[in-house]
Amino acid sequence: MSDIPAELKYIASHEWVRLEADGTVTVGVTDHAQDALGDVVYVELPEIDVVLSAGDEAGVVESVKAASDIYTPLSGTVIAVNSTLEDAPEQVNSDPYGDGWFFKLRLADAGELEELLDADAYAEVCDAEG
Amino acid sequence: MSTALQRTPLADAHEAAGAKMVPFFGWEMPLHYGSQLEEHHAVRAVGGIFDVSHMTVVDVVGPGATAYLQRLLTQDVATLKVGEASYGAMLNERGGVIDDLIAYRREVGYRLVVNAATRDRDLAWMTEHLGPDVVLTERDELAMLAVQGPEALARAQAWLGAAAPAVDALGAFAFLEAGDRFLARTGYTGEAGFEVILPAGEVVDAWAALLAAGLKPAGLGARDTLRLEAGMNLYGQDMDETVSPLEANMGWTVAWAPEDRAFLGREALAAQKAAGVPRRQVGLRLEGKGVLRSGLTVCQATPEGGWAPVGTLTSGAFSPTLKEGIALARLDAGVPKAAALAVELRGQFRPVQRCRLPFIKKHS
Repeated sequence: MSDIPAELKYIASHEWVRLEADGTVTVGVTDHAQDALGDVVYVELPEIDVVLSAGDEAGVVESVKAASDIYTPLSGTVIAVNSTLEDAPEQVNSDPYGDGWFFKLRLADAGELEELLDADAYAEVCDAEG
Repeated sequence: MSTALQRTPLADAHEAAGAKMVPFFGWEMPLHYGSQLEEHHAVRAVGGIFDVSHMTVVDVVGPGATAYLQRLLTQDVATLKVGEASYGAMLNERGGVIDDLIAYRREVGYRLVVNAATRDRDLAWMTEHLGPDVVLTERDELAMLAVQGPEALARAQAWLGAAAPAVDALGAFAFLEAGDRFLARTGYTGEAGFEVILPAGEVVDAWAALLAAGLKPAGLGARDTLRLEAGMNLYGQDMDETVSPLEANMGWTVAWAPEDRAFLGREALAAQKAAGVPRRQVGLRLEGKGVLRSGLTVCQATPEGGWAPVGTLTSGAFSPTLKEGIALARLDAGVPKAAALAVELRGQFRPVQRCRLPFIKKHS
């Protein structure tokens, strides 16, 4: 059973979102996703200041097995990326909700947060995938 | 329609070790035991054990065995002494590779180890071309382990017992039989070590003893990146029945002498050689960060500043040892050695460097 922290929000393509105290959000991929991917060997991150719409491709994560697109769960401007993943992509496996984060957004529309899945709803998505 | 997957005698041991089991050509096999990368590094640094019991072992005996294999295989088994083995292939009449294999010369007859993926095709082909006075016996009651790495032999000493000094003294591709253990200095990683074929009833104890000696279980995932770094082909990816050994860096396995040895596929192969081999296998390294994958298109720079397709990646991966994307590719033979090449990766043309194989220095 994978780890699905109750305080985070999710989308069905296996990204997680954490709302920070300053109103920005941090995005990464879930424990379920990293387990399915296997060892991560390369991560392509978005550019700082790029404006994204919810559902846009925001990067790529490559594992020993395959390449997968990373989607942004929310619309906004990229204000930070986790450049430590360039040299230590294995952080996505070892700490998907911590050191393995991908990027931070300044939200265009905080109302979009309401459309995300909570932990229970995301757990159902994972269960359905088996 | 689905058929039940076959399990090796070690399947329970794999699951107990936390293996992620996956279907693999009719077998349920361990992909990894947690981290494919750690298993890869363990084999390069110390030693690992692979369950390769899915491989197909066929014994070939009878007064006609040598003549039969001289017709069936690209290598010249008549040059093998008892206790020696060689790598080669079975070809169809068009010179395409039906399978790659190792042939071992035993005191009585020969042993062939062929791929699990091609078992049915191989056995059908071998039966179709069976010569007089030859008996083929598939030995599916035997299991097989690959024990590979710089410390593989040292750590296996206790398990090898009285046979240890003799196994140590063997050269590459030599083997010996000690009781019911068939011990060969072969492998698929580029590391020193050995492979052992033994009765299925003994493999669980062998596995446990080798793990206790500090060797790490390694799965199919690590096996693939290790063999790719070592520049070794994988059947079905780097060659198949539409590819000749000359197009897959396997020309060295073809024994052209004696000239009157009429092995299957020889005429087609000789014709291809005379006309010029149309495609060549090369090694490629990706410049900058990223991963190469099989199936990607290789392009050559055009004088107009564009890119023209000249080949395909047949195997690609992130090399855990070199920490960069590496690949085997099949390119049009006309591409000059110094040509600027790129691989089309997510819509971008990423520069690649042609390089010598293997990607890493071998220690076998």
